[in-house]
Amino acid sequence: MDSYETHEHDVLVIGAGGAGLRAAIEASAGGVSVGLVCKSLLGKAHTVMAEGGIAAALANVDERDSWKVHFADTMRGGQYVNNWRMAELHAKEAPDRVRELEAWGAVFDRTRDGRILQRNFGGHRYPRLAHVGDRTGLEMIRTLQDHGIHQGMSVYMECTIIALLKDGDRIAGAFGYYREKGRFVLFRAKAIVLATGGVGKAFKITSNSWEYTGDGHSLAYRAGAELLDMEFVQFHPTGMVWPPSVRGILVTEGVRGEGGILTNSKGERFMYGDIPDNYKNQTAKNPEEGMRYCLGDKNCNRPAELLTRDHVARCIRREVREGRGSPHGGVFLDVSWLTHSDAFKDFKDPAWCKERITNPVEHIKKKLPSMYHQFKELGGIDITKEPMEVGPTTHYVMGGIRVDADSQMSRVPGLFACGECAAGINGANRLGGNSLSDLLVLGKRAGEYAARYAKEKSAGQIHNDQIEAAARWALSFMDQPAGDENPYKVQQDLQEIMQDLVGIVRVEAEMQKALGEIEKLKDRARRVKAVGNREYNPGWHTCMDLLNLMTVSEAIAKAAIERKESRGAQFRDDFPAKNDAEYGKKNTIISQAGDGTMQFRWEPLPEMPDYLKQVIEDQK
Amino acid sequence: MPQATFKVYRGDRSGGEFKDYSADISEGMVVLDAIHQIQATQAPDLACRWNCKAGKCGSCSAEINGKPRLMCMTRMETIPIDQPVTIQPVKTFPLIKDLVTDVSWNYKINKMIPPFRPKPPEADGTWRMAQEEVDRVQEFRKCIECFLCQDVCHILRDHHMLGDPEAAAAGTATGTAPGAETEAPPETFGGPRFMIRVASLEMHPLDTDDRLPLLKDKLNIGLCNITKCCTEVCPEHIKITDNGIIPLKERVVDEFYDPVMWLWRKIFGRKDERKTLQQLPVVAK
Repeated sequence: MDSYETHEHDVLVIGAGGAGLRAAIEASAGGVSVGLVCKSLLGKAHTVMAEGGIAAALANVDERDSWKVHFADTMRGGQYVNNWRMAELHAKEAPDRVRELEAWGAVFDRTRDGRILQRNFGGHRYPRLAHVGDRTGLEMIRTLQDHGIHQGMSVYMECTIIALLKDGDRIAGAFGYYREKGRFVLFRAKAIVLATGGVGKAFKITSNSWEYTGDGHSLAYRAGAELLDMEFVQFHPTGMVWPPSVRGILVTEGVRGEGGILTNSKGERFMYGDIPDNYKNQTAKNPEEGMRYCLGDKNCNRPAELLTRDHVARCIRREVREGRGSPHGGVFLDVSWLTHSDAFKDFKDPAWCKERITNPVEHIKKKLPSMYHQFKELGGIDITKEPMEVGPTTHYVMGGIRVDADSQMSRVPGLFACGECAAGINGANRLGGNSLSDLLVLGKRAGEYAARYAKEKSAGQIHNDQIEAAARWALSFMDQPAGDENPYKVQQDLQEIMQDLVGIVRVEAEMQKALGEIEKLKDRARRVKAVGNREYNPGWHTCMDLLNLMTVSEAIAKAAIERKESRGAQFRDDFPAKNDAEYGKKNTIISQAGDGTMQFRWEPLPEMPDYLKQVIEDQK
Repeated sequence: MPQATFKVYRGDRSGGEFKDYSADISEGMVVLDAIHQIQATQAPDLACRWNCKAGKCGSCSAEINGKPRLMCMTRMETIPIDQPVTIQPVKTFPLIKDLVTDVSWNYKINKMIPPFRPKPPEADGTWRMAQEEVDRVQEFRKCIECFLCQDVCHILRDHHMLGDPEAAAAGTATGTAPGAETEAPPETFGGPRFMIRVASLEMHPLDTDDRLPLLKDKLNIGLCNITKCCTEVCPEHIKITDNGIIPLKERVVDEFYDPVMWLWRKIFGRKDERKTLQQLPVVAK
């Protein structure tokens, strides 16, 4: 067969966003040889898109915050189907992980007394997000990257893994190709950490980049790992809706944290009309209280715009459906109202707010520089002068590879996963800001335990037939005389189907139809043809990505059909209520059966220990 | 729907040519949309880099009608479409294929820069910094590494000072510059991106390392003659020259060429002098 280069590492990390980099740094600190594979250039991963901040109970801005409040917020946001142990570890360890970034050179925005500033975000009781304007993800990835390259790891850029290789049950390596020349590469590794991110490219309207094709989900699934909670796909409430070419690009929740309001075509702040019972105690009674909260009044509750993402997304969809949307099918998100001379005229105490925003235009530009820039350049809109138009966009998948909470190892020995491609911590809905902290906390754990595992084991054997099969499959698209399908077209058709039939509002009949369509697409995906040679050929790469996209799409639809209730990000029009008795204590599990078909089962949630039950009770 | 003709460079290291494609132009469309349309309908193997499509990752740099830009942030409305739109790869770095160039040299330069080395934290294990102290550093840290500044820097673009930094670090400059006509090994100039990166460390209120010898001897900051082309193309609007390179040049001059400062250090010691320098105001904001 084709020649290939071979590299050997104790730990191979696949994916170089926040989670992968953090895992690689920790594994290197464990004294083992580490390889880091990235699908793009280093530092370009999707983490750069994260805007709002890193959630960590540092209690720099509000001393009442603690890991307990953060834990309870995360569980409430996830509708209590989260893995409680992950949520506990995450809440307890996030502050240390943030301080560590500062020690590695990150420069967060500061409080008046010079500490790390924290901002308000949806579902977080207190201002909790450490941030740098609205480009926190860039700060995080650059800090990890510039620290990481000095820790002795080898970085393989623009390299895509197409198969995990096993020795019996355990992991032994990975096989892939370099984009540049299309040449194959074999990595022998005792442990592998998957940190490949999400699945957004299965949907038409998404904030995710081309890389988000569910690679890790699919690689792990095919290697025998289980996928947990795949029905829970987060539709971020505020993506750009106009112009068409930028539809889906993220508009940070930070806009609402800084006082941005959501209104419909009648000018109503519709979020105040629909506040879920379990959030009534922590939501402002009126716009004035909400604004005071945004400006740091500790006696106030957060505005209704900062309810959890699943809820806000559904309210926006309702407004649009019932004819109260904006001209281009969204709603208005307005932060420019702060700049009006009579902005606070209906408030009982307008002076209090005015004193705190003396120069509103500069305030907006300073707090939301990327948003200002993004709307100005892409939409021709000055957000300090006019409202934005926004609507839901596929943003994040809560579901992913099922791993142990402490070690992040899957049921395949030696195969670890962290970040978005792993599952458990977020339950049915992720709170904004909890992703960046998850990447750090559980990324570190994955790296640490992978290194520990690698130290204890000898290298596994890799059989040639596994390598040859993977190479043959990859080349089959180049050498496809009967191939009559365009890979880009197949991908677009899949995105349409998932968007229309398995999107933000779901019914069983449509999802069954989607499964039928996916079967047809799988058949077409086998007949896709790559034109040209192997050198940097995106058409060929798309041919291969299709397999992963099909796998995750099928898993999402299958799991979503089984959960016959509405919970968090999953909204079933045919089962609009939450059904705690039936579905409140279990998770969906997808795995590959011996015959290659996709199988489904339920897994009961582990029982939460009493001390954590008490924490939740105390925070109600 | 209006259509536009795109002349897109197709080729690799062995050569290439511009080829014509047409794309439908819809409202609000950016150049990267047109490239995607061409990929999906006419040239599936057309190579280009992109990730975020929102001006945050800095992957899709190219030269559009001769101007170095991010394709994802260049709206079609800003380009005349009554004549063909030319799209070619950035010129400074060696071509891989079509619009994709080999930017690995930048990663080598970055690795030469000693990492952040903070002073010891306060008693509670954390640091205090005022927002005013970090504003300047935060400006530099907005950099998305699109390398457009490197592309337009004439020292890199026209004089090919893309020396092998590993050899340079070892004190022996070897290697060949892409397209270099002479056989003399190229020198290294770090380029605006890494001047800014060094600035972000040197002006960090907590950092204790000294990268001025590196700037002077390895990254050759002295070669920059402040034409400000880098500042003009920066999609993040970082004032690369005024706020980064010029203050760094002043520090290098003070450190290595100023007899008064030399005497000052002899009398008062190096550390105090460094502290004083850090408090110098920014030239332009």
